[in-house]
Amino acid sequence: MGKTLFEKIWEKHVVKELPGGTFLLYIDRHLVHEVTSPQAFEGLRMTNRNVRRTDRTFATMDHNVPTDSHSVIKDAISRAQIEALEKNCADFDIELYGLNSDRQGIVHVIGPELGITLPGLTMVCGDSHTSTHGAFGTLAFGIGTSEVEHVLATQTLRQLKPKTFKVEFTGQLQPYVTSKDLILKLIGTIGTAGGTGYVIEYAGEAIRSLSMEARMTICNMSIEAGARAGMIAPDDTTFQYIAEKERPFAPLNGDFDQAVVYWKALPSDPDAEFDRTLIIEADKIAPQVTWGTNPGMVLDVTGAVPEPDEVPGYSRRDVDQALKYMGLTPGTKLTEIPLDTVFLGSCTNARIEDLRRSANILRGRKKADNLRVMVVPGSQQVRQQAEAEGLDEVFKDFGAEWRLAGCSMCLGMNPDQLKEGERCASTSNRNFEGRQGKGGRTHLVSPEMAAAAAIEGHFVDLRTWTTE
Amino acid sequence: MEPFTTFRGLIATLDRANVDTDQIIPKQFLKSIKRTGFGENLFFDWRYLPNNKPNPEFELNAPRFQGAGILVTRNNFGCGSSREHAVWAIKQYGFQVVIAPWKEQDGTRIPGFADIFRNNSVKNGLLTIELGPDEVDQIFGLVDRFPGLEGTVNLEELRFVLHLDEEIACHFDIEPTVKEHLLRGLDDIDLTMEHESDIEQFEQSHSFIGVPD
Repeated sequence: MGKTLFEKIWEKHVVKELPGGTFLLYIDRHLVHEVTSPQAFEGLRMTNRNVRRTDRTFATMDHNVPTDSHSVIKDAISRAQIEALEKNCADFDIELYGLNSDRQGIVHVIGPELGITLPGLTMVCGDSHTSTHGAFGTLAFGIGTSEVEHVLATQTLRQLKPKTFKVEFTGQLQPYVTSKDLILKLIGTIGTAGGTGYVIEYAGEAIRSLSMEARMTICNMSIEAGARAGMIAPDDTTFQYIAEKERPFAPLNGDFDQAVVYWKALPSDPDAEFDRTLIIEADKIAPQVTWGTNPGMVLDVTGAVPEPDEVPGYSRRDVDQALKYMGLTPGTKLTEIPLDTVFLGSCTNARIEDLRRSANILRGRKKADNLRVMVVPGSQQVRQQAEAEGLDEVFKDFGAEWRLAGCSMCLGMNPDQLKEGERCASTSNRNFEGRQGKGGRTHLVSPEMAAAAAIEGHFVDLRTWTTE
Repeated sequence: MEPFTTFRGLIATLDRANVDTDQIIPKQFLKSIKRTGFGENLFFDWRYLPNNKPNPEFELNAPRFQGAGILVTRNNFGCGSSREHAVWAIKQYGFQVVIAPWKEQDGTRIPGFADIFRNNSVKNGLLTIELGPDEVDQIFGLVDRFPGLEGTVNLEELRFVLHLDEEIACHFDIEPTVKEHLLRGLDDIDLTMEHESDIEQFEQSHSFIGVPD
């Protein structure tokens, strides 16, 4: 029987099978950021252990970082956490892309950008959105701080083998429907725990047509479906992305050609069997908008806020609580909900293509009155690229704030936060209560949908939208 | 890590599904570089009013649940971010055990706990127990009817007992490796370092792509 993409990478990285069904899995790349690492480094110090492979470990700072200035961090506790990472990287000899580095950015944006992320590798980070890197055909997943310490000390993890789940998107996407809509549709279909225990492989015609950055968006939100990892088989799009510009950690010349031979053997064999499969008709998918307090509470933009007893998979109590928190009345059309803020950013949708696509919609227009629009590039390199293309001017002329790289309002661990009751169209990944600021109300959408909402002050169906 | 063998404690219920780690410990508390001090901020946004007084509407603030050591909740507990701070907060608050039901959906069984949360729990000696949806419904009902209801978990025997006049016992399953880990309170890094020569050998034959050696 053939093997899946996941199985091929898994088997190549098993150091040893241990009694009781645990596997000792080798980790090729470890990304580190300031929030989930300090206690891990403290653990190493207490036990007198070292970092085993400093050459496989890369650090940056993103969660705590203010996006108006990288030189002034007013919050003393945030500053202490950032300084702790600086000290830990210096003490343990780890490469750090800090606030003064032009390589700084959201950890899941800089990995692919620098060629740290490559097909066929295992990759971890103390961050659930590590699933992003699966877009390259990489087995990449988030871990907690104890596991961060374990990888630092041993370059391995003790893992139970996950099950495999193939999600096939047939047909081609309609215009203005994006990979963000694909993943939101999937989560709406299987729920936020539907993928728990599985590694998802995304396949099908609609996936093959996606750019690398669009693939990263879909893999990024695998965790929102409960799956620790989401993967897409590498193909020419992948190889071209890796080779198209200078990526300091990607192989070159003969090494690249040799790597491509390995990469081309990675896709799941035609007769490979998955523990579960699901087919979704991509050509039937409309732009998606979340209405509730988890990413599975999502509907087509043409829909209306549901009645509490008509949401499959949720108890009435949970829907009541979500509607109350979101300040929504059943029956209200999603296109009639007035917005206060539009946030374009996060590890889900803050890459150069995301900025280009939203800029194309905004160009020459003005934002709706009384709306705050924030554009936060995912990395300093994305920021530079956007400025080289003049996108910053498009955003600024539109009336948006053009900011420095960081996680920003995706999780509000830094000064970028919603106020109590503020409603935001966000290109990020989580609409949990309080996620973007205590009492803030989040609607997850694609960059295109967010851009159009910034013009109108409410959501529109991009497929039929006409504007002055 | 302290070994986990048996635990008896007061049961508290939280009747919400998909409780995410942003609710368990909101982001402002992740700025700490310590492993302690999280318990008082568990469920912060639900638990406290804007004036920082306890919110009387929040389930766990009920007088009858004070001092609880076992939390019974609904499906997909701990979803969302990988923050281990969520597990530290639950443990430091005083819970030693969390119980959640699996869920049948489209012919598959959806686990009671999110993956990363569950892994983090094991590393910290927090026992997560998955029971059937009917069993969990029954526990919710009994806790409602019998304030002060206590339960005992025996990990060796994989039994959870409710201390009623006539005791009710449920069996639970757990991976043998997880059970062993918790029972013995093992340190993972020590265990892995026993295989250091295997790791070295692996590294010698493993083809590293990219990153110059």
